[in-house]
Amino acid sequence: MSAAKMHWPEIRFKVNGSERSVSVPPMKRLLDVLREDLELTGVKEGCGEGECGSCSVLLDGVLVNSCLVPALQASGCEVLTVEGLATNGALAHIQQKFLELGGTQCGICTPGMMLAAESLLKNNPKPDLDEIREGLAGNLCRCTGYMRIIDAVRHASQKPLLAEEQAEIDAVRR
Amino acid sequence: MRDTTQTHIVGTPALRKEGIGKVTGGARYIDDMALPGMWHGATVRSNIARGIIKDIRFGAGIAWDEFVIVTAKDIPGENCIPLIVDHDQPVLVESQVNHPEEPVVLLAHPDKARLHEAVAAVEINYEPLPAVFTIEESERQKTIVWGEDNVIKRFLVEKGDVDSAWQRAAHIVTGEYHTGAQEQLYIENNGVIADWSEADGLTIRGSMQCPYYIHKALLRVFDLPAEKVRVIQAETGGAFGGKEDYPSMIAAHAGLLSKKAGRPVKIIYDREEDLAATTKRHPSRTRYRTAVDGNGRLLAMDIQVDLDGGAYATVTPTVLSRATIHAAGPYCCENIRIRSHAWATNLPPHGAFRGFGSPQTIFGIERHMDQIAKAAGISPEEVRRRNFLAPGKTTATGQEIRDVIDLPGMLDRALKVSDYEAKHLRFARENATSSPIKRGIGVASFMHGAGFTGSGERYLNSLVGLEADATGHVTVLVSSTEFGQGTNTMLSQVAAEALGLSCEDISVAQPDTQRVPNSGPTVASRTTMIVGRLVQDAAHALADILRGKNLLGEIFSVTEFRAACAAYTERFGALRAEVRYQAPKDIFWDDVAYKGEAYPAFAWAIYVAEVAVDTRTYSTQVVNFYALQEVGRVINPLLATGQIEGGVAQGIGYALYEKVVWKNGRMSNNQMTNYIMPTAVDVPNIEVYFEEMPCEHGPCGAKGLGELPHDGPAPAILNAIQNATGINFTSIPLLPEDMYLRMAETPEPDAKETAGCV
Repeated sequence: MSAAKMHWPEIRFKVNGSERSVSVPPMKRLLDVLREDLELTGVKEGCGEGECGSCSVLLDGVLVNSCLVPALQASGCEVLTVEGLATNGALAHIQQKFLELGGTQCGICTPGMMLAAESLLKNNPKPDLDEIREGLAGNLCRCTGYMRIIDAVRHASQKPLLAEEQAEIDAVRR
Repeated sequence: MRDTTQTHIVGTPALRKEGIGKVTGGARYIDDMALPGMWHGATVRSNIARGIIKDIRFGAGIAWDEFVIVTAKDIPGENCIPLIVDHDQPVLVESQVNHPEEPVVLLAHPDKARLHEAVAAVEINYEPLPAVFTIEESERQKTIVWGEDNVIKRFLVEKGDVDSAWQRAAHIVTGEYHTGAQEQLYIENNGVIADWSEADGLTIRGSMQCPYYIHKALLRVFDLPAEKVRVIQAETGGAFGGKEDYPSMIAAHAGLLSKKAGRPVKIIYDREEDLAATTKRHPSRTRYRTAVDGNGRLLAMDIQVDLDGGAYATVTPTVLSRATIHAAGPYCCENIRIRSHAWATNLPPHGAFRGFGSPQTIFGIERHMDQIAKAAGISPEEVRRRNFLAPGKTTATGQEIRDVIDLPGMLDRALKVSDYEAKHLRFARENATSSPIKRGIGVASFMHGAGFTGSGERYLNSLVGLEADATGHVTVLVSSTEFGQGTNTMLSQVAAEALGLSCEDISVAQPDTQRVPNSGPTVASRTTMIVGRLVQDAAHALADILRGKNLLGEIFSVTEFRAACAAYTERFGALRAEVRYQAPKDIFWDDVAYKGEAYPAFAWAIYVAEVAVDTRTYSTQVVNFYALQEVGRVINPLLATGQIEGGVAQGIGYALYEKVVWKNGRMSNNQMTNYIMPTAVDVPNIEVYFEEMPCEHGPCGAKGLGELPHDGPAPAILNAIQNATGINFTSIPLLPEDMYLRMAETPEPDAKETAGCV
């Protein structure tokens, strides 16, 4: 293993703000490079075929399934994983809202889901509910039925919370 | 009983205890862990449904000496996974294969990447045997594949006199309903790490629901004393029943490899293996023959329930039990007969999935109630209203309803919040136009028993512990696991409430059989009601220990509690209270006659689904969903709402999207690409409403709610589709192609059946 590793070309890229370099087979999945070589295990594998979105990361700001991206393709790019969301131990806005509003249950889809939300809100800071649904449609969650996630994204957005729209997705009705 | 209405933490949306780790990526799931010197394991599985293994060849081109290879011969103890039926399901096949994807050989290697080709290079040759793949083939009993008659389990429930009721009937309504297999589809695949040592025995870490099930299984497989097997739950990325029994199998496999390799071994399934090899919801067929009087009241119900159990018994007897008990719905009928069978087939064993048999029979009864309504010439909501169970009435097993439940009132509320009447009229009007979109609205009413059925909780004999350290920080010791549903938070709230502390003062210990007592499996909607109540009792017992030493008064502040803990631990050492389950005295259950109090309490629900059917594409969209339930006191409204919404989404998948395609007993669409679950676009707004009537059995009046929301969506949706199209669809999943085929058979719905004309 280690002898073979020496022959692989070095791939340099920026991960969560830090310059990193790895010597790995160029077709190794970015998912595996992040998890195995850089120990960023917040990136999850759910299906290995780009369906579930658990392995979502931002590659130069674009939401990708890291199970479908060969390491070579990340060369020279900036990668953002869930580990890069919080700054100096302070939760990012999106993390805070997922935590407070029930956006995470088992947690396995949460890293990818939050990155999908980040990507959505960067491109569309004031999405309506349908736009949030579309923006998250590539990330599967089996626990929540998506409602609390949509609520979290809505609260993390810059869109004013209209009472009638909020009433549609409120958690507590008694 | 303590006052359960005044609470300071129970009833609040306390933050998820383990939430920080989950939003930062710091939570450690099993595949995020590695042990020093760890190898990776893989499973060679059968590729036929049934046959005798003639030989196993290890093909050319693989450096087999680098691998550790395990077969059934390497099992030190018994080659079986003990669950309900003993000596049934083997850990590894010795000679006869009974389903596709059955484990035969195990391999381990330091390089995970080498395992795939090695698995493919193992060639197993068989002498094939005839196999059966459906309930219908199994019940014909031409080919016997299990026991003497293919029947894994049967039940008979009898109430009153069914046979004499038919002559009094104004209408006799019959129906047959089918439900398909459904995959739990937790997003984290199954996985464990086993670590064997001669000195300490076997340690298992993994994704699981029931650490003590694995513990029990491994004692037998490895012939070890209890203290030599340790099972630790890692953070678990969803389970839904799918990690109830199969992790025992994977743990045994990894353990065998670790023992032979002399080093830790990790087995992580990929999605294709997890889908093809592990358990799913039992396919079902239910048949109803019902006698109804001129007012639409049920006179008699003759019900047949048949489940496809797959090749081994696993949890099937208890799934059939729950299916049977829930088959008559939340209705009062004096004459009921339920005959149920679980049939063996040569499919991989079907197992636990949220609802555990009840979604199958509730689909049957709730579709059937709409057909009774039509026969009686009354509305679907009215036929339900006229037949609801009520306090003092008895269920199919003769259980008297003691909950102060008001189902007619709940129905009124559900119809009101969903604007049912107005929509019903509007859809009828609009559907009569030439619009290709037909809209409909449908109702399902149902109940779900909390806790193990009948005498089950007595046998479980659960034990919980509570510890406090010198600072007054309290740790809950239970084997009840968190896999997203909120166990940690709920138990913290219960303990904090009982001791007048805050959630921050409570921790829940990581489930580890070396540290926590056996509080039973995390299944059957039992954790809140049964384990939560034991935690509440243990908290009171802990305070009593302090009072017994005159360190604490009857009423105490946080400061006084902390001071008392400090004083106690200094003078007497560890402060720990344990409480064991005690069955309520007024609960009687007859396991033989299948009569009595099936459950200490039921949760009750009325769900309303609104659909739009596109008659050009045959696709159905659920447009709105209203879920009203009575679950006793709600401990955490945010988490409870999330549970209901998630269950409804799974129910929508069950009804409209999720189809397991079987080919010679093997799932042929074992990828997320072609086994489709609902996305954020497919799930509508789900409005969740709670009614809260404190239940005497649960902590602060709470009951179980985890499984309930999976029971009602499918029949509510198909009832809405019948309202939209006039067609009585009787099978799920109902994909566009299924709807097309059914509509091609009968292109024009009977005029009388069209929405709004009833």
